[in-house]
Amino acid sequence: MLAFFLRRVLIALPTIILISVFVFALQKLLPGDPLTVLAGEERDPEVLEFLREKYRLNDPIIVQYFTWAGNAVQGDLGISLRTNQPVTELMAQKLPVTIQLAVMSMLFALLIGIPAGILSAVKKGTVTDYVANIVALSGLSIPNFWLGIMLILLVSVKWQLLPASGYVPPGEDLWQSIRTMLMPAFVLGTALAATLMRHTRSAMLGVLSADYVRTARAKGLPERTVVLKHSFRNALTPIVTLTALLFGELVAGAVLTEQIFTIPGFGKLVVDAVFNRDYAVVQGIVLVTAVGFIVMNLIADMLYFVLNPRLRGA
Amino acid sequence: MTLLKTAMITALMGATAITAAPAMAKDLRIALQSDADVLDPDQSRTFVGRIVYASLCDKLVDITPDLEIIPQLATAWETSADGMAITMQLREGVVFHDGTPFNAEAVAANIARSQTLDESRRKSELESITGTEVTGEYEIVLTLAAPDATLMAQLADRAGMMVSPTAAEAAGADFGLNPVCSGAFSFTERVAQDKIVLTKFADYWNADAISFDSVTFLPIPDTTVRLANLQSGDIDMIERLAATDLPQITGNADLTVDSAVSLGYQGITFNLANGERGDNPWGNDKRLRQALSHAIDREVINQVVFEGAFAAGNQSFPPTSPWYNTNFPVPARNVEKAKALLAEAGFPDGLDLEVQVPNTTVQLQLMQVVQAMASEAGIRITLASKEFATLLEDQTAGSYTASQIGWSGRVDPDGNNHPFVTTNGGINDSKYSNPAIDELLNDARIVSTTAERKAKYDEAMAIMLDELPRVFLYHEKWIWAFNNKLKGFVSYPDGMIRLENVTWEE
Repeated sequence: MLAFFLRRVLIALPTIILISVFVFALQKLLPGDPLTVLAGEERDPEVLEFLREKYRLNDPIIVQYFTWAGNAVQGDLGISLRTNQPVTELMAQKLPVTIQLAVMSMLFALLIGIPAGILSAVKKGTVTDYVANIVALSGLSIPNFWLGIMLILLVSVKWQLLPASGYVPPGEDLWQSIRTMLMPAFVLGTALAATLMRHTRSAMLGVLSADYVRTARAKGLPERTVVLKHSFRNALTPIVTLTALLFGELVAGAVLTEQIFTIPGFGKLVVDAVFNRDYAVVQGIVLVTAVGFIVMNLIADMLYFVLNPRLRGA
Repeated sequence: MTLLKTAMITALMGATAITAAPAMAKDLRIALQSDADVLDPDQSRTFVGRIVYASLCDKLVDITPDLEIIPQLATAWETSADGMAITMQLREGVVFHDGTPFNAEAVAANIARSQTLDESRRKSELESITGTEVTGEYEIVLTLAAPDATLMAQLADRAGMMVSPTAAEAAGADFGLNPVCSGAFSFTERVAQDKIVLTKFADYWNADAISFDSVTFLPIPDTTVRLANLQSGDIDMIERLAATDLPQITGNADLTVDSAVSLGYQGITFNLANGERGDNPWGNDKRLRQALSHAIDREVINQVVFEGAFAAGNQSFPPTSPWYNTNFPVPARNVEKAKALLAEAGFPDGLDLEVQVPNTTVQLQLMQVVQAMASEAGIRITLASKEFATLLEDQTAGSYTASQIGWSGRVDPDGNNHPFVTTNGGINDSKYSNPAIDELLNDARIVSTTAERKAKYDEAMAIMLDELPRVFLYHEKWIWAFNNKLKGFVSYPDGMIRLENVTWEE
């Protein structure tokens, strides 16, 4: 098992390097000189030249990449061209925000998606199944930005129940922090719940027609035990993979939702950085996100071992 | 026992003192359209950054809503007879947020920093200053290379903001991470893209005029969300309300709107001689540019795109500006004239024109309206929509025929013209060159009386409106919306939010 994980980690390394090369190259292909944005409306040539030197934008791209990579290996991801803040510091500010949003959204998604999936599989072909499917489909097809704005107008402006947007760190005021994050987490969660529900449903349908389920029923086990203990446990493997990947996506930043609710997370950081041609910030986030994804994948693999005893012997 | 008693009495008195404090003491929350960049007046470039500075950093001088220069940290100033020196008297008893005293030495250090810091974006604004001489604790003489009528206006903006020399010395180019100035509020905290928090500075020289304990600036880019926050009471004031959202505010009894015509303009800049692409009919023949200008109904643009909330314009100054040339009012649309000019220039069947435009909703709508109007005169406009950084790069490089772009505007009339249309102007992306314009605009920098300067700008404007390297379309209005409890706000054409004498009444 240990050897298996070591192998996975080793495979991950070239992936991360490739991603960083790819993103670096893509950014350089983007039209638009970062300095025309950075130098201010007057675009003083003297200032432009100084900045080009300072941020080493005159070096060949290969040299620029290796300078960046060399520093990155030592934990220095450079500084933001726009605010002069170190990229690591910026990300340290954003990461807890994004993780909080991801965890809360995931809770919504799991609480809605899995029960709905089980229910619609068990009651296949009934009204319950259709209703669950229609709700899931709307969850998938309603755009986040629209749902977000509608919720703000209804819940914040009309009913004045929750703050319209923004972010409060949990350390400052836990209750307020949860309240502020409730709407965006719901918006993100409903979309994920739909995906989860569909996958749970199909995994459950597969399992429910298996022989051992028929046997379990024949033994006279209560339906509750058959569904939850015998079937669901076996249907869980694909759901865990999906959940881990979805969580990885959430950590990469929910761009639209963060924009609408003005949540200072990864998504907002990366979008603004791309528009401002803030190369170092984009690089840093992509790197950290890629690592995050790979870690989530590893965790999913590990959970397989926990959930499926048959794998442990392998 | 006595000790306990004293302690209790002290505590009680303390409590009374707290309750007796002004009831309006409050954290003011202001939503900005975007996040500020680095918070160093010498390095920063964004408009929203300046809004933060209005509370954080005092300047040598300030402006009135009518653009007159008035004292702030400098109480009086006098230009020598030959115009080569300015003697300034400074306010006494002012300290920076770190306790460093403000005096003539501090001013000298600030000007030196703006001129010599490698990262400084203020060099060109202060280039006329050749030296400073401290002639007293609170008196300084600025010596100039040549008379400079624009200098005081520069000192009314970022170039005149005073930072603590001690802090600036210690932090160098990293000053912006923890800015130390002498304004009404001191820097407390910044979370990028989330908030900038400032706290009332107890030793502020004009502290009595400030009634907020702290002020928090929150960047909320989406206009709908910005407005929703105001409506729900999470935010006390928002800047740059979208013109299309105005009806929602006027129908709300809890909110107030205020506005001011900006100092800047929006228009179409032509490529006259910037690289190969400058050599095209539109760049070569002013009659074509005149035809386009005649084909446009500027009032309709304002009504259709901006719900009538902005100001139609045809010059680099808005019609409300004291520098506006009243001999050339905003012209009515004249399609026949446009057609005649096209025919005269050799294009009786009309002509194509590619205009690059920023890919934002409003600018695209604007150009679609222009496109429709121009087509009636036979000008077939195609729009090349580009993300802003790309648009700017193409414009600088001369890779464009016409570009829809604006300018945020400057207090001094020089800023809206000289850099764009003088032969060596720093942002003359048209590569327009006319010796008469160069002479007029250079002279306007030197002559000192307002009347003489106005005459120069009037004359230059007449030439520019004939040759049209830039076709002006409209002037934005800064629109603020705020809670009715906020009293005493005064709108300024520079779009800043000045909190002196602004109060909160529950």
